[in-house]
Amino acid sequence: MATIVQPPGSPAAKGGKLRAWVNKRLPVDEFIDDQLTGYYAPKNFNIWYYFGSLALFVLVMQLLTGIFLTMFYKVGEATAFDSVEFIMREVEWGWLIRYLHSTGASAFFIVVYLHMFRALLYGSYKAPRELLWLLGMGVYLALMAEAFMGYVLPWGNMSFWGAQVIVNLFGTIPAIGPGLVEWIRGDYGIADATLNRFFSLHVVGIPLALLLLVVLHLVALRRTGSNNPDGVEIKERLGANGKPVDGIPFHPYYTIKDVVGVGVFLVLFCIVVFFVPTLGGLFLEGPNFEPANPLSTPEHIAPVWYFTPYYAILRAVPDQRMGALLMFLAVAVFLFIPWLDRSPIKSMRYRGWLSRLGLAMFVVSFLVLMFLGLQPAEGLYVLLARIFTVLYFAYFFVVLPFFPKFENVRPVPERLTYHAH
Amino acid sequence: MAENVVTVDDDVGDSSRRKFLLGATVAMGAVGAAFVVTPFVASWKPSERARAMGAPAELDITKIEPGQMTTVTWRKQPIYIVHRTPEMVSALSKNDARLKDPKSEDSEQPDYTKNEMRSRKAEFLVLIGTCTHLGCLPKSRFEAGVPELGADWPGGFFCPCHGSRFDLAGRVFQGSPASVNLRIPPYEFRDERTLVIGLDGQQQKSGAA
Amino acid sequence: MRTNRAAGMRKTIATLVAVMALSPALYAAEEAAEGKAEGHSSEANWKSWHAENEVTNLGSLQRGARNFTNYCSGCHSLKYVRYSRMATDLGISSDLLEKYLLPAGAKPADYALSSMPTADAEAWFGKAPPDLSLIARSRGPDYLYQFLNTFYADPTKQTGANNLRLEGTAMPHVLSDLEGLKRAVFKSEESKGEDGKVVTKKVFDHFEVVAPGKLSHEEYTAFVRDIVNFLDYTGEPSQVARRSLGVWVVLFLLVFTWLAWLLKKEYWKDVH
Repeated sequence: MATIVQPPGSPAAKGGKLRAWVNKRLPVDEFIDDQLTGYYAPKNFNIWYYFGSLALFVLVMQLLTGIFLTMFYKVGEATAFDSVEFIMREVEWGWLIRYLHSTGASAFFIVVYLHMFRALLYGSYKAPRELLWLLGMGVYLALMAEAFMGYVLPWGNMSFWGAQVIVNLFGTIPAIGPGLVEWIRGDYGIADATLNRFFSLHVVGIPLALLLLVVLHLVALRRTGSNNPDGVEIKERLGANGKPVDGIPFHPYYTIKDVVGVGVFLVLFCIVVFFVPTLGGLFLEGPNFEPANPLSTPEHIAPVWYFTPYYAILRAVPDQRMGALLMFLAVAVFLFIPWLDRSPIKSMRYRGWLSRLGLAMFVVSFLVLMFLGLQPAEGLYVLLARIFTVLYFAYFFVVLPFFPKFENVRPVPERLTYHAH
Repeated sequence: MAENVVTVDDDVGDSSRRKFLLGATVAMGAVGAAFVVTPFVASWKPSERARAMGAPAELDITKIEPGQMTTVTWRKQPIYIVHRTPEMVSALSKNDARLKDPKSEDSEQPDYTKNEMRSRKAEFLVLIGTCTHLGCLPKSRFEAGVPELGADWPGGFFCPCHGSRFDLAGRVFQGSPASVNLRIPPYEFRDERTLVIGLDGQQQKSGAA
Repeated sequence: MRTNRAAGMRKTIATLVAVMALSPALYAAEEAAEGKAEGHSSEANWKSWHAENEVTNLGSLQRGARNFTNYCSGCHSLKYVRYSRMATDLGISSDLLEKYLLPAGAKPADYALSSMPTADAEAWFGKAPPDLSLIARSRGPDYLYQFLNTFYADPTKQTGANNLRLEGTAMPHVLSDLEGLKRAVFKSEESKGEDGKVVTKKVFDHFEVVAPGKLSHEEYTAFVRDIVNFLDYTGEPSQVARRSLGVWVVLFLLVFTWLAWLLKKEYWKDVH
């Protein structure tokens, strides 16, 4: 009864002279064997496991739409804003390409944040996957830089002032700060020089780095194999065919499943693109429909929503230098999670309620800080920002290292738990 | 335990359902992909700005001396306007035997230029100044019997790139690499002084053409 | 007859002169004022007035285009809008375009620029009138609706007018011949400041009509709504096409996802 599904068109199936010719010169079939049909992934992937492939999908979409936008965009402080309106009005389907790209940027962060959350939920950063996590953090950092620079390119008033505020942050670094800021800007204020170099980095520099990091991230994943919601290493139990007993071939099972994931994603994505592309100012901010004006600051300068948790932390501290430091730390602390987490158990399913509470508190803090970062820093919001900043850091420095000592855990199963679906 | 988690039922019904679903999904995916590709490909079409800048070009023809030619740009192409003398016009029919397409049956031109002179008004020839061979700009050689073109050269255009020759109605001579006559754009005379290239009353007056 | 921008300019200046001539009378009226609302009980809530415009209403857009041309285009440009594109989108024939909307010397494919020189504008108003192509996207239709509906006579201002939505606006009340003149009645409100001291603020209470205009209140708000609708259109001309295409795209994707899901279930039967 036990026969493996031989996916149609697998190397052992059809021959063909052309195929043989190609394979003698390029390891195509070998690659398909290794990475798709022969790569076994845990069978119990749940909803949290869609977001990796979705992130890859969004990356490809951003590259495609970005390339086409660059065909019409004219960099330069005198031409950039007009060229974006030219794309929106006079290039055929230009408005669609633009909205795909602007919505795609936000979608990228939604997907990436959910993807990272999965790692926190199931301990996917723990040994031997520390490097996988670090490479993923590299992707996240590159993505933040890419998004920041991309937002400057339309040269709207928020583009300008957002750039002004964020670049000025680097001025808080002791000694080298002011010189560094001028070096980044290439001028005495945010100017044409800044726009031009951000354009180059956004279109060429960072995408290349992103692609390299994503490839390394995938290679590292294949090396260790995927984690899974039970936190059980499936490679420890191999079957007669040398493949993990609790695994299934990535192709066709997860390729098909991921197509469904892409479908659901696209439904939600297209509802935004076609019906609410600005999402009430969250994805495309109102002030950015006015050209950059160095003499007029928008009423509320807020970064786009995906940066606002860190922005809230920045503003929570009354001292500018300490605020900036704490903000950088809030991002950097993610890098140390594999070593801060002292629990021997990977998955939240088998950790105690203390750890779950801690994770829940972190998620709530992150979301509340995200909301607070979008509001003006006044009144009750200031106090709340401070409270939740403390809770945010408490996850890294209290929950992860110390809670495991005090909690009752459940026994980790030896085999995966799977419910047919 | 060496059991394998994946099993296949040998039920034929399942397998054909599987094939059907796969086929249907792939087919719909292909349709979707075609829809996705369309906006990107279409975005390369000339934008509204290009169409607007391709708007009609006007010039004052009273400035052109008889026997002279002037050039303007319309839709990024050179347009030749030649003020032909009566002698030039009457000499046109003598070329017919030496031309590839004397009656302009194969050439790209508006209906109102389907006559011997290939123009609305006999004395004004309007041509797209692009050789129909490979696109160079033909040079004017209106003088008959110009030495480098031979004693029997009746006057016309000579393309320096590969040697194509055209007469004073833009019709191509036999022996030329080009195979069709020079093209004629839409045009009209708004009044005695003004020639408008790009309009000929057959298009809407307003809106980008 | 093509629209004559010089005439529009003269109209504006004439309005300004009229308002300023009336201002001594307004001063006197204001001194005597004890505000009594004339049934406009919702005026104090002007910040919650909504434009409620519909960009699918071509008639409204056409009227808005006409209104804009007659009253706004003298000072405000629409530098991203081509007349020809506007005509196509709004269903205006080329004859009507030339007759009523196209200024002298402009070609249909031109951008709708105002003829007011920037330097002069700054000299006359203190600030160049901004381009309005994107104003509905940067401020929102409700803001614009409120702006055009809350002009009031203010003798202390150079233009003789002020505005609730944009305090101290440099723009004169160019629509005053249509709306008429109204003044704002404020009432004093006391509140406790942060240090416990009592602070008295002047808060807007209601409008009082000083002189009627050519249009009734309903006609005027409809007039304004049409302009706002038109500006909503100029902010994003492709929005109607975007939404109608979106319906088909989402439907297609729903069907596709359903099919893919059936396919997935079929294959995953194998997995135990």
